Amino acid sequence: MSPRLHDENPDRLYTITGGRSRVVDDGSIDLVTLIVSESEPSAGMQSEHARILRICRRPTAVVELSADLELPVGVVRILLCDLLDAGVVTARHPRTSHSPDALPSPELLKRVLLGLQKL
Amino acid sequence: MVGGFGVGKTTMVRSVSEIRPLSTEETMTRAGIGVDDTTAVRGKTTTTVAFDFGRITLDDELVLYLFGAPGQERFWFLWDRLFAGTLGAVVLVDTRRVQDSWYAIDRLEHHGTPFVVARNNFGAPQHSRHQLRDALDLPPHVPLVDCDARRRDSSKAVLVALVNHLFALSFARETTP
Ligand SMILES: Nc1nc2c(ncn2[C@@H]2O[C@H](COP(=O)(O)OP(=O)(O)O)[C@@H](O)[C@H]2O)c(=O)[nH]1
Ligand SMILES: [Mg+2]
Repeated sequence: MSPRLHDENPDRLYTITGGRSRVVDDGSIDLVTLIVSESEPSAGMQSEHARILRICRRPTAVVELSADLELPVGVVRILLCDLLDAGVVTARHPRTSHSPDALPSPELLKRVLLGLQKL
Repeated sequence: MVGGFGVGKTTMVRSVSEIRPLSTEETMTRAGIGVDDTTAVRGKTTTTVAFDFGRITLDDELVLYLFGAPGQERFWFLWDRLFAGTLGAVVLVDTRRVQDSWYAIDRLEHHGTPFVVARNNFGAPQHSRHQLRDALDLPPHVPLVDCDARRRDSSKAVLVALVNHLFALSFARETTP
């Protein structure tokens, strides 16, 4: 576990999110949603926003952003909502099965197996 | 990967992941925890839970994410989030503390998430596989494999067992009208 996360100063998180504690929980940004920058950081932009834009020059999953930024996923979601609203990032949603008993196709699972066996 | 404290979840995620060891935190307001949680306090206290994750690039288009989450009942809200869109789960079992896995198995069955059980090698097992299946009340179709989470090849074999299990389920579903 990263000790830095656990020792996180709540004031810092408060500042980063502008005091918003709203958990963006509508399912639109999940842990493996890929975030892609659509523009470069601009002068005067909040530093976390600018960092996200730099990291996401390569499509990056929300969970990886959270680890890179050393911020809880909930905080990253709030920052991403700002950036999505501003149109400077886009989100690519993974193909997921929404019904709990939906299974991936045998073809997809074959590819997963082949990939694993190459490890 | 789910299971009780100290069962080897972090070890397994790290031994197969291609990226540096990572963990992060999910925050939930208490209000989001749900009605089952009898300990939930009314109001908006924030709960933070750490979880592990790892990544395996399978081919040009496919990336597999691995998540390690604590198996205790009070964390189930985190699982629901991690399990959305998941392929399946590995329940890690330490045979000295079998009861730590009961809740996880129950929840996965209830949720309809396919899973395999991996008996982690913490010295000579005290139970036969048959006894372990009994103790876990494991349905016959759920695979039970042995592993040593510290070893990459062994952890990889657990993932292969899970995907083989999923393949069998998926294939059966496609061929049954
Ligand atoms: N003997 C043995 N020890 C293990 C194995 N897997 C993990 N451990 C050790 O057990 C301890 C707890 O493992 P950890 O992965 O942190 O457990 P977690 O709480 O489930 O994440 C660590 O000291 C590991 O080195 C295993 O397969 N065999
Ligand atoms: Mg751990």
